[in-house]
Amino acid sequence: MYDIKALYEAESVEHAVRLLIEHPEAQIIAGGSDVLVQMREGKRAGKELVSIYGLDEMRGVSFEADGAIRIGSLTSFSHITRDPIIKEHINVLGEAVDMVGGPQIRNIGTIGGNTCNGVTSADSASTLHAWDAVVEITGPNGVRRIPIHDFYIRAGVVDLKPGEVQTAIIIPKIAYEGYHGHYIKYAMRNAMDIATTGCSVNVKLSSDKKVMEDVRIAYGVAGPVPMRAPQAEAEAKGKTVSGGNVKAFAETVLKDINPRDSWRASKEFRQHIAVVLAERALRESIRLAGGEIDE
Amino acid sequence: MYAGKKVTRVDAYDKAIGRTRYTDDLCDKSAYIARVLHSTIAHGRVVSIDTSEAEKIPGVVKVFTCFDVKEKHYFPTAGHPWSTDPEHQDVADRLVLTEEVRFYGDDIGAVVAEDEVSAAQALRAIKVEYEEYPFVLDVQEAMKEGAPQIHKEYPNNILKHTAIRKGNYEEAIKEPGLTKVEGWYDTPTVQHCHIENFICYAEMEGDRITVTASTQIPHIVRRIVGQALGIEWGRVRIIKPYIGGGFGNKQDALYEPLCAWLCMQLGGHLVKLDIPREDTFVSNRVRHAIRSHIISWVRPDGSYAARKLEAFSDQGAYASHGHSIVAKGAGAFPQLYPCDNVEVDAYTVFTNKSVAGAMRGYGIPQAMWAVESHTEDVAVRMGMDPIDFRRKNLMPVGYVDAFSKNELYDDTFNQCLDKAMEAIDYRRKFKEYQNQTGDVRRGIGVSVFWYNTAVWPISLETSSCRMVLNQDGSCQVQLGETEIGQGADTAYTQMTADVLGVPLKDVHVVSCQDTDVTPFGTGAYASRQTYTAGFSIRRTALLLKERILKYAHELTRMPEYNLDIVEGNIVRTTDGRILMSLGELSTEALYSLTNSQHLSAESTSQIKSNAYSFGCTIAEVEVDIPMCKVKLLDIVNAHDAGTLINPALAEAQVHGGMSMGIGFGMSERLIFDEKTGRALNNNLLDYKLSTFMDHPRLKAVFVENAEPTSAFGTKALGEPPACSVAPAIRNAVYQATGVGVNEAPVNPHNLFRRFTEEGLL
Repeated sequence: MYDIKALYEAESVEHAVRLLIEHPEAQIIAGGSDVLVQMREGKRAGKELVSIYGLDEMRGVSFEADGAIRIGSLTSFSHITRDPIIKEHINVLGEAVDMVGGPQIRNIGTIGGNTCNGVTSADSASTLHAWDAVVEITGPNGVRRIPIHDFYIRAGVVDLKPGEVQTAIIIPKIAYEGYHGHYIKYAMRNAMDIATTGCSVNVKLSSDKKVMEDVRIAYGVAGPVPMRAPQAEAEAKGKTVSGGNVKAFAETVLKDINPRDSWRASKEFRQHIAVVLAERALRESIRLAGGEIDE
Repeated sequence: MYAGKKVTRVDAYDKAIGRTRYTDDLCDKSAYIARVLHSTIAHGRVVSIDTSEAEKIPGVVKVFTCFDVKEKHYFPTAGHPWSTDPEHQDVADRLVLTEEVRFYGDDIGAVVAEDEVSAAQALRAIKVEYEEYPFVLDVQEAMKEGAPQIHKEYPNNILKHTAIRKGNYEEAIKEPGLTKVEGWYDTPTVQHCHIENFICYAEMEGDRITVTASTQIPHIVRRIVGQALGIEWGRVRIIKPYIGGGFGNKQDALYEPLCAWLCMQLGGHLVKLDIPREDTFVSNRVRHAIRSHIISWVRPDGSYAARKLEAFSDQGAYASHGHSIVAKGAGAFPQLYPCDNVEVDAYTVFTNKSVAGAMRGYGIPQAMWAVESHTEDVAVRMGMDPIDFRRKNLMPVGYVDAFSKNELYDDTFNQCLDKAMEAIDYRRKFKEYQNQTGDVRRGIGVSVFWYNTAVWPISLETSSCRMVLNQDGSCQVQLGETEIGQGADTAYTQMTADVLGVPLKDVHVVSCQDTDVTPFGTGAYASRQTYTAGFSIRRTALLLKERILKYAHELTRMPEYNLDIVEGNIVRTTDGRILMSLGELSTEALYSLTNSQHLSAESTSQIKSNAYSFGCTIAEVEVDIPMCKVKLLDIVNAHDAGTLINPALAEAQVHGGMSMGIGFGMSERLIFDEKTGRALNNNLLDYKLSTFMDHPRLKAVFVENAEPTSAFGTKALGEPPACSVAPAIRNAVYQATGVGVNEAPVNPHNLFRRFTEEGLL
């Protein structure tokens, strides 16, 4: 039994916006795998809920006119993993969200919920950061799009203004074309866990596969929100595909990240793992891109 | 013969289709919902509790606080049989609600409401004022002079200290040429994590109170509820339906006394107390964390000259099962690897942490972690093969323990080691994995374990059984030994069918225990179900058979000694002719106009024996050193549990125990905040119970040496599978990396620390 004050079911995105304006204290609920857990813990107990779960218009993966990949915010993790567009163009995202919780959670949990929850450990978030994703938000004043980096304000807080709903996540064509990536979730067990640290890396190699034209890396749990490691990216960009350069890249991440010391893991441990993950994820990305590392 | 066959569990179908009813399914929807208010300090005194806001919440029936407990009936909680000798009684240190707070999560109040939501709201609205005392979390810190005193009756917080002295340790270590090997070994606080959280409900009828509870020990709980309420024990009735696991946590009176007390305060209204998972971790029972210090003095030939063990067992805030846990491990120490000169000191010490009680293995998993990690350290130090070193020093065949009179009748250890080694291809792998380099390395490790069935001669061992014949020749069987998921009912069915001579389908074991109806028995614990129940089943079935044959004699005029019951028929043994079916006989017996008889039998067996149940684990791992991760590649347990009544259930039992051992060895640990004493990870996300994805295929192999003291040749198998898994994994990691992790679990945090210390990172 949950302590829910009222539940309003939206019939369209527009209706959802209207319900949120009418009930300014209400919490949006999609799959419920975060919201209901928080309610049970008493954190959101007694709240009104606006459910958007029935809005099929916010479900599915498609191409936009300019070739961008559009992922409806209500698309479930298991859908994303199996989606042919994702598989072909940004397979790493499907792999990353396949590491969330267990099969039941992956069927009910949505990528919109995963990002709107605002937590640093979300398995989709580091990959979306690493692929320059754009967040589409629909509100009383229409639709706006912002980079995912700006969407995260601080731990647990995202840029959703009163009456706004996150409606889609978009990966621009320029952000995915020619890139290959790999995500490593470091957790204490192989299922039903959250990341101690998550690392998503992707690379664009030169046509001869000898040079790393672009390298992008993002972490979960290396700071209060998911984050890129710009100095490490700059270190690798334009460098040849060599073991030394991969290692230099990995070690540079320590200049960028700021993991915390907690009972879940010590700062030293997270830093050590962050470097190991960066190296391994870049190596795998290079392999997927058809490159060979010159040792 | 049904014993020895893989017959289907008697409860399989209902459990598979979801028809089995557990405590919550049985509780009427009119029940009030109770929730417990827990302290938010680790040590101190409740000064006041303001319930005014909570009482205003619609749906709240009443809020009770520790100050409402006017009659202070202190009671013990351990699921031990009562001792009529006050010297041997468990420590009575609990009240249903307490003003004196001894751990973060102590029970200081309770809310009763019409529904769960108002109960939860009320709990959040209560304001508590405390007087805080300093607290102590570490077992050895708690023993120091000046440490916070948790119970005034126990100076230095020592609940009990026992010692074993054999030979002369101090003299023996003077022998020239000895190598000294010393180590400290730590096991963590872990929790049982049974699927069904503790739940119970209570209601009154007349002046009697009935508590239906998810417990392993209904008859013991009846006594404890009587003690806690200060009422005659016969006024208490405990009903135990199917339960979703217990693993020892439910071998304790948990919240049955509080629920019964709340019910009585409310005029006997039905009250349900369903404990949330978070509270289960903190305010039920946990496994004792034990710190062990072992010193061995070894001769150049690999034999032990002298050995010493000091063990410090973390009791948490209340006595519960107390010293019995570490005492069991301490008792095993001189037996497993006998040595002429031994000193053992075992301490059980209060700390301001969650209360430790019984948990699968009862101190032996902790003891084996220390002893078998140490054994590996000694073998490596002496340059000896780990298997050969163990074979050389292990308890020999014919060994008799002076106290329990247990005897090792068969060459169990060597047979189990041989079987396990073969099952996992040990020799090849061990050789292949020597002296590896690189980031990713493999290793294979072994651990044996000591265990004994049942608790004789420490405690009462009794089992009572009742059998009642139906019109159709089928019979009901009732026992106090409970089905808690292990498959006991199925084993009892097989045993009864064999002794009575009826088909399996004609035996109906009554699964539910009801203390008003069920014969007295102390419940499920100590891996003693098939062993102890076996005696009373055999005796009762023979008694019933005798009565049936006597009646058959009257119907057939054949001498009783020429009659037998075979597959549900009365058979003349001289020529094998079937004279009548048992159903025909029984119908006649019940409806006869001249000689009506209710054919039934009831008997009690007192069991003054016990049996060793030994075995081993071999584990193979792959260690990714930079990642500080261990992957379990392969694992096998070998057991000599005597004759197996049901090999399929035996295998399942071993799989479950291995899984618990994997969690204990690799990932589980309840963490307490140094600053507040609060448990930090009391949920199934942050407490790293291992999952299917963390398990390789689990292998179980058996050596079946029939146990001569046993009614059916059986001995313990419930707890043994959890005893040797963790040290085998630790020793495999040791072979792979050359790094011994002495603090369980072998998780990434401990590996990071150890690899850093040893220069691998």
